[in-house]
Amino acid sequence: MLKSSWFAIAAFALSASSALAEGKLHIYNWGEYTNPKLIEKFEKAYDVKVTLDLYDSNETMMSKVRAGGSGFDIVVPSDYAVAIMIEAGMLEKTEPASMENFKNMDPAIVDIYFDKGRHYSVPWQLGVTSFVVDTAVYRGDINSYSVLFDPPAELKGRINMLDDMTAIMHAAERYLGFPRCTSDKAQLKAVNELLNKAKPDWRTFSYDSLQLLAAKDVDAAMIWNGAAFRARAQRETLVFAYPKEGIEGFMDNVVVLKAAANLENAKLFQNFIMDPKNAALISDFANYNNGILGSEKYLTQDFSDAPEIKRPKGATPEYVAPCPSEVVTMYNKIWTNLRK
Amino acid sequence: MATDVDIAEAQLSHKRWLTAPALLCITLFGMVPLITVMSYSLMQPSEYGGVVPKFSPDAYISLLFQRDVFDDALTFSPDYLIIFARTVAFGAATTLLCLLIGFPTAYFMATRSPDTRNRWVLLITIPFWSNLLVRTIAIMFIIRDEGLINMIMLSLDLINAPVGIIFTDFAIVLGLIYSFLPFMILPIYAALEKVDFRLAEAGFDLYASRFQVLWRIIIPLAMPGIITGCVLVFIPTFGAYVTPLLLGGGRHMMIGDLIALQFGSSRNWPLGSAFATVLMGFVLLALYIQARKAMGVSHG
Repeated sequence: MLKSSWFAIAAFALSASSALAEGKLHIYNWGEYTNPKLIEKFEKAYDVKVTLDLYDSNETMMSKVRAGGSGFDIVVPSDYAVAIMIEAGMLEKTEPASMENFKNMDPAIVDIYFDKGRHYSVPWQLGVTSFVVDTAVYRGDINSYSVLFDPPAELKGRINMLDDMTAIMHAAERYLGFPRCTSDKAQLKAVNELLNKAKPDWRTFSYDSLQLLAAKDVDAAMIWNGAAFRARAQRETLVFAYPKEGIEGFMDNVVVLKAAANLENAKLFQNFIMDPKNAALISDFANYNNGILGSEKYLTQDFSDAPEIKRPKGATPEYVAPCPSEVVTMYNKIWTNLRK
Repeated sequence: MATDVDIAEAQLSHKRWLTAPALLCITLFGMVPLITVMSYSLMQPSEYGGVVPKFSPDAYISLLFQRDVFDDALTFSPDYLIIFARTVAFGAATTLLCLLIGFPTAYFMATRSPDTRNRWVLLITIPFWSNLLVRTIAIMFIIRDEGLINMIMLSLDLINAPVGIIFTDFAIVLGLIYSFLPFMILPIYAALEKVDFRLAEAGFDLYASRFQVLWRIIIPLAMPGIITGCVLVFIPTFGAYVTPLLLGGGRHMMIGDLIALQFGSSRNWPLGSAFATVLMGFVLLALYIQARKAMGVSHG
């Protein structure tokens, strides 16, 4: 009995190892961001075993892969983080521009500041950071940052701000008509005053806008457009704002780490997700655009025509490069003072 | 005779080997990170996170002094001090309230019959069966605007609109008390369990009032447990991160949030390390005072 069970285990181990795919691919992506169907399809198509690990911020990811030897092949940094990683020499030049499916990439995002001509990166998902307002609570015009920084009486004390220093500083700069990453002392002083004046009207600083809105803990919240799409499914009267002062864009990109163990499979993956059918799988899961033309054919009308997803004319997102460290130091001072 | 000593020594050195795994773990996972943090705190921040291995005391200077954003002068800045003071205040309030709730509970448990005591201990430890995060989120469901408490009060017409309990300082302290109360109850219970209650009877026989018996007999005997409980509650509140973040709504930072911020979007690892080092110093000080007090008690 004992002998036969050992035999069974050995046989199982053997079969398991023979079932192991030829290649491997180790992906490090944001949490709740990767469609399992996409991974399954890639594994089947190329006989590659994919391992997925998750992170919750660019900074976490970068501090982990900075030293090298992390074992990851692919990471998915946001726009500014791609710029940092290229500058630090952390990425492999995979030349997506010469890949077969590159023709599908939206030309508008090919010559982007962080990777002009796309030598390193392929878009994963992209969106905008703005806010939603429950129009059953407040019926006025919502397309201005005044809703956040000088809120109407109905929304006072019912607002969630993202716990994101950079996003809030940039929103305040837009509202006051200053340039992003301003180092002008007078302008920073005005930003500081604006934030301190508005703080009593804010209920929370949290990334979890979706849950706070669903539980009716707040009636307005800073939020990413894909999350806003999902929030509306739970609370119909929420409307996504396209503030007239400008709107912050973000774009997460698939890049390959320098000296990745599975370089060829990583390149295959970059090409794979530029296929509209596969890009549609990505959007179908986390509800953001993917930057691949033709993918909308494989998505539902409800999604592609949603007000959160289909931007009105003139609402062009701005991708902001990382601020210089002396500006970050001043941001940090204002931010700490705000939250002390 | 000499051989006896040899054998004893051999046994001792043999036993020393038994501590090797523990020492290795402590060195590898305790001392190495500790030294890393301390050395990072004396380096310069690198542009996008990480450190440049050059000596700089700037991190420690900026704990109290900041180059003024608006006119460049190096001025005293109380921001970090305020956050630190808030952390200490929340910790102290939590400890005090835990003591006020925990002591009577432990006293009740210790005065039950020996065979029912274990049942009470089991009840106290039940919360540990689930994760702290899960328990904190459960509190959120109870105290939020459309949560249990507000719904009950609304349906009983006690209030007209939901009372804002969640996302206040009160909610943070409530969460901390809930998280750490067992750490207060159990050591006090352990101390009280050993108390010979005939001493209290003797006190009564000598015409001591109930208060005098409590204050002059029971509490001094329970003192080692009380001190341990206070330390076990006070020190972990410094590291509390999830509770203030979820229940406080992030309006006011505690030292844990501040440290996390430095390693995240502030990109200032040396400053984060300096906070961690100072915090550690503070904890060591608290432990030292506790050790002194505990010795005083046992000698007294």
